[in-house]
Amino acid sequence: MEDLSGILKNHPFLKDLDENYLQQITSCASNVVFKENDIIFKEGDEAKSFYLIRSGKVALELNGREKGNVRILTIGSGQILGWSWIVSPYKWHFEAHALEDVNAIALDGKCLREKCEEDPKMGYEMIKRFTQILEQRLRSTRMQLLDVYGKS
Amino acid sequence: MEKILEKRIDTMQLDPMIPLRAKVKKIFWETEDVFTFELVYDEENRRDFSFKPGQFNMLYSFGVGESAISISSDSDKHGSVLHTIHKVGYVTSALSKLKKGDIVGLRGPFGSSWPLDITKGRDVCIIAGGLGLPPLRPAIYHIFKHRKQYGKVTILYGARSPRDIMFPVELEAWKKKHDVQVEVTVDRADSTWRGHIGVVTTLLSYTELDPEKTTAMICGPEIMMKYTVDELMKNNISDKNIYVSLERNMKCALGFCGHCQYGPSFVCKDGPVFSFSNVTDIFEIREL
Amino acid sequence: MANEMKKIDKNGLGSIISALLEKGYKVIGPVLNGGAIIYDEITGVNDLPEGWGDKQEAATYRVVKRSDKALFGYVVGPHSWKKFLYPQKTKLWEAEKNNKGFDIKPSNGTAVKYAFLGVRSCELNAIQIQDRVFNNGMFADTFYNKIRKEIFTIAVNCTQAGGTCFCVSMDTGPKAKGGYDLALTEVINESGHYFILDEGSEKGREISSKVLSSEASQDEISAADKAVKNAEDNMGRKMNTDGIKEMLYNNHDHPAWALIAARCLSCANCTMVCPTCFCANVDDTTDLTGSHTERWRRWDSCFALDYSKVAGGNFRTSIKARYRQWMTHKLASWIDQFGSSGCVGCGRCISWCPVGIDITKEVELIRETAKA
Repeated sequence: MEDLSGILKNHPFLKDLDENYLQQITSCASNVVFKENDIIFKEGDEAKSFYLIRSGKVALELNGREKGNVRILTIGSGQILGWSWIVSPYKWHFEAHALEDVNAIALDGKCLREKCEEDPKMGYEMIKRFTQILEQRLRSTRMQLLDVYGKS
Repeated sequence: MEKILEKRIDTMQLDPMIPLRAKVKKIFWETEDVFTFELVYDEENRRDFSFKPGQFNMLYSFGVGESAISISSDSDKHGSVLHTIHKVGYVTSALSKLKKGDIVGLRGPFGSSWPLDITKGRDVCIIAGGLGLPPLRPAIYHIFKHRKQYGKVTILYGARSPRDIMFPVELEAWKKKHDVQVEVTVDRADSTWRGHIGVVTTLLSYTELDPEKTTAMICGPEIMMKYTVDELMKNNISDKNIYVSLERNMKCALGFCGHCQYGPSFVCKDGPVFSFSNVTDIFEIREL
Repeated sequence: MANEMKKIDKNGLGSIISALLEKGYKVIGPVLNGGAIIYDEITGVNDLPEGWGDKQEAATYRVVKRSDKALFGYVVGPHSWKKFLYPQKTKLWEAEKNNKGFDIKPSNGTAVKYAFLGVRSCELNAIQIQDRVFNNGMFADTFYNKIRKEIFTIAVNCTQAGGTCFCVSMDTGPKAKGGYDLALTEVINESGHYFILDEGSEKGREISSKVLSSEASQDEISAADKAVKNAEDNMGRKMNTDGIKEMLYNNHDHPAWALIAARCLSCANCTMVCPTCFCANVDDTTDLTGSHTERWRRWDSCFALDYSKVAGGNFRTSIKARYRQWMTHKLASWIDQFGSSGCVGCGRCISWCPVGIDITKEVELIRETAKA
């Protein structure tokens, strides 16, 4: 079986990361498995960790109250699930459902935050990588807002 | 070049401004507001339907008007032709009311085509958004028919919602082929949808494109193509290997009416398919 | 060795008109009508606007009485020859509903043979520009080319420039350099009122051979050349066309566009009076029974909001984008499309713009602070 640091190293999110940082991150990581239809996290819960998806597909669902549940995004292998661990007050804004059996690496948020505080350079590296994800998600959301395929 | 042009005029034979009669052989609804016509030429002026994948026809509804509609059928099939039409304006609404046996007017084919010849030996990534899949379907048919001539083939498709997906049965069938990767995503869905949700560019993370070997063919709303091109370029795919099919208002399809101008080009005769390298400089200009 | 030139008088010009009428031409020339000099059917020299000139400035056009009896003493009016070669409305075809669905009957177009009298050099250039539009190498417009093939053109060299003229900048005048059957230069001086006649084609020679003329003396030819030089030296406007294509291509986001757009009413006057603007729309009209329908082509304008409409929206909603499209097309992308500028410097768009937008000034405005 591949060891954790090996898996992390090959995940697109951590591509070309400094070996030293990788070791730090590995110490906060654990292997997790979700079964199809599992709820990975719920809106309002504490965002204790984030996930590097290795296989399977996760749907992010927003409860629109009277608007019903809206699926806004699916996340699959090679992608990142969750960024609320890095933003105070560390609460999930969505509900995450496993659409298929999911293999992932969970990274402990608190552990990682502490390491980043201690080593701001590593913190900055992490922020740079997460900002990319945030920017992509924001762009995608705006595209979805445009309803590009709808009748004008 | 001159020779090609001469041949072009010759194959048009009749006055390209005059529609020919074509009969509706079949009409079927793809989604709530998208339908497909199968047309055959009316006996009197029977003519071969020769076209290249990516080209379009002008379809005429008696007394109402004309609309530029891409061809969505197999270009090797000459007896009839398919058009997949979004019911959205006067003409397309009128066309949608026609029944089997009714007559429409048809002019064409017009415009440039997907670069299937020069892409031989290369990987092909087809990226479609919404109604952008029908104009790419003839290219997909061609590639499947000559599968050995192409490398890795990827089809990425984004639709508005699960019920707006074009050709869902075919997409499923294509998915089952072992030598092609098909990924479909929607912008919105309820919890019964088990597929991808998100814009079409998110699908690029599920495939690996070799920047040296890949040619991308993109069709969809212009803003969707812009985002897609951005992502492809981020993946180091050269603008020379990216092709887009553009849409503009078209009245004559002959380069006379001026409406479809896009910078120095007339989309009707210089397009609709453009190498992105030919429009790189103007693609970002607003309201061009 | 200079071409041998003939000299004719007013009666000689009348004979040319008669000879053309006899050959079955419908002769079109300048006439005074509704306070403007327009192009309309004429049957003799007396129809010409003798003694009338015009005064033009931005947003201004007035006919004025001249002190002499010049027949071509005006510059250009709101009309151009475009309205005959490429009529404002053309029936392309008609269709009748029947048991086969419908039958389409192509329209034959106009079978008329036009003789144009009084074609200015800028207008000759405009005709040649439209020739390239309506025969683009891939398709040829049957209606335009049918009329075009038959025309007889009598150019009249300009001996004065209008307030909004800039043909010298566009290299399209004031002297006609070819593409005519006959060319006239009107001279009025102490030795009289005469026309120097130049034959530009076999067709032209055939007509002029039927007219009483004399050989023009060197002095008379010089007087004509001097008169044309007068026009050349007194252009009301000028435009710097150096690298204009690149300049406009590189300045799509120049702040000047917004300034122009703030004045522009998007009324489309400029495109209607422009001798090269060619955009058209098609209308399908059906009679009340619903069984007879016709397709008409009519002039359209890139200033119209619907011009860039597609099923999914509209590509040019702002006036800024529409003005930019018009000017950038005329002066820049036209060069890529048809190998020449689309502007001949006739000045009509300046005179007939209700708010006085001046293409020459707007080019300068952009050029002053242009991005390279």
